[in-house]
Amino acid sequence: MSPDMTALLLKALGETVRMVVIAMLAASVIGIPLGVLLVTTARHQILECVPFNRILAGVVNAVRSIPFIILMVAIIPVTRLIVGTSIGTTAAMVPLTIAAIPFIGRQVETSLREVPEGIIEAALSMGASPLQIIWHVYLPEAMPGIISQLTTVIIGLVGASAMAGAIGGGGLGDLAIRYGYQRFRPEVMLATVIVLIILVQVVQFAGNTIARRLNKK
Amino acid sequence: MIELSQIEKVYDSPSGPVPALKGINLRIERGEIYGIIGLSGAGKSTLIRCINMLERPTKGKVIVDGKDMTAMNERELRQARKNIGMIFQHFNLLSSATVYDNIAFPLRLVHMDEKEVRAKVEPLLELVSLKEKAQQYPSQLSGGQKQRVGIARALASEPKVLLCDEATSALDPQTTKAILELIRDINQKLALTVVVITHEMQVIRDICDKVAVIENGVIAEEGSVLEVFTNPREPITKEFISVQMSNELPAAFRGGEISQEPVAGRPLLVRLTFIGESADDPVIAGLIKNSNAEISILFGNIDQIKNTPYGRMIIGITGQPADIEQALAYLQQRDLRIEVIGYVARHDRAAS
Repeated sequence: MSPDMTALLLKALGETVRMVVIAMLAASVIGIPLGVLLVTTARHQILECVPFNRILAGVVNAVRSIPFIILMVAIIPVTRLIVGTSIGTTAAMVPLTIAAIPFIGRQVETSLREVPEGIIEAALSMGASPLQIIWHVYLPEAMPGIISQLTTVIIGLVGASAMAGAIGGGGLGDLAIRYGYQRFRPEVMLATVIVLIILVQVVQFAGNTIARRLNKK
Repeated sequence: MIELSQIEKVYDSPSGPVPALKGINLRIERGEIYGIIGLSGAGKSTLIRCINMLERPTKGKVIVDGKDMTAMNERELRQARKNIGMIFQHFNLLSSATVYDNIAFPLRLVHMDEKEVRAKVEPLLELVSLKEKAQQYPSQLSGGQKQRVGIARALASEPKVLLCDEATSALDPQTTKAILELIRDINQKLALTVVVITHEMQVIRDICDKVAVIENGVIAEEGSVLEVFTNPREPITKEFISVQMSNELPAAFRGGEISQEPVAGRPLLVRLTFIGESADDPVIAGLIKNSNAEISILFGNIDQIKNTPYGRMIIGITGQPADIEQALAYLQQRDLRIEVIGYVARHDRAAS
């Protein structure tokens, strides 16, 4: 492979990593509390508020049912409002973030539900407040699960970021389509796929290792 | 210390309201170990959770240490709960925290500084003999050790009341014994009021001062453990006690025909119960000296209810009707409880 091709590949890898990392961080800030609320406001839970819980679940389902490629173009006005442009890598981060929020919310919800009710009850019996229970019981107890689930979300985002090319977002997927497919260069296609495979393996390995370290069960 | 009056609890279910507690009245004195025994579904778990308001009663009043728990808002309730420790059947420890951090948990909830936390946790580790395990995680402990951590955690906030929800039901008999001893120890050392929920009469017998038998959401029988054990009135109580100690006739007589009138060749079977001091009384020797009837001991056993010796014996009396009468009269004068079973046919001889 020519040096300029390698440079292109590295640039695309950088774009993908940037999109995924920033979207992931931004989405976690909203998605993790969302997951906490999905669990704690449900019936018989510490912040029980069933109507709020239903609305939240409805919104989450609605956003999750929109295919990413459609979401990306449908929210262009919102994207422009937030980052000032509707094309490029930065613009692609907005739909990625929005798609990841409900995904993270549901994954965190699943992990938190696995915290045995008895532990919550014990904390209540010791006079813990709802916030203390979330902070000192739910999150630390569910942390290994949350890490595994977030790993899945990151890999999902790597996949979704391949569509960012549609709005000029760049990244590995875009490179594979434009060079590998449209310019008939199968070696570029192959190289991008290999880089993507390695990227996903690294993320999964890191996620598994952290989750295992945290798991004291 | 704890007063429950007219407690009712109704759960909503898709098929309509389900009453779990139907008007419970209980008074538990300071320093007492109070047992509540019942089958699963009798309402005992709901009842103990009404004491610290993990379950809010539908009706009625809960007073703990002079304070009306039912009238409190959430914030006051959280404060009041720090006065009431609780331990659980499945221990409910934080799996992500070490033994030390689990015990420190209630202290950190009130933002105690780490130096003070250490000063409180270390004696507790000592008390439950887990000093060497301080830095281990619950998954590395045995069931008994986990419950010790649970007890230390419950005691960390220096409560006045300890609630034990089936605390030994997941443990083997030896571990159960050790945990019960620990509970009794801390009850005495710390003058703690203890409420024990269980389905095992042995737990009641070993550590409780008083017992309430709960069935279908009402208290069927209540009293001092000695009283209830030696003189159970309700069928459910008798059932619990018979599981614990065999109240049946010796094998040779079991299922034999029983007659209340004298039958030649059949012994009169009498069940004797000795409580406390009278367990030391030489009743049988006296009986033999004071009557011409022949006495045979068919069953004998001496147990402890908490610290009181409690003996039970079944004797057979044979002889002339007048001699038997005389023997009975002698027994009735002694300080013991007697129950005349009847003239029972032995059936093992017929078979041979």
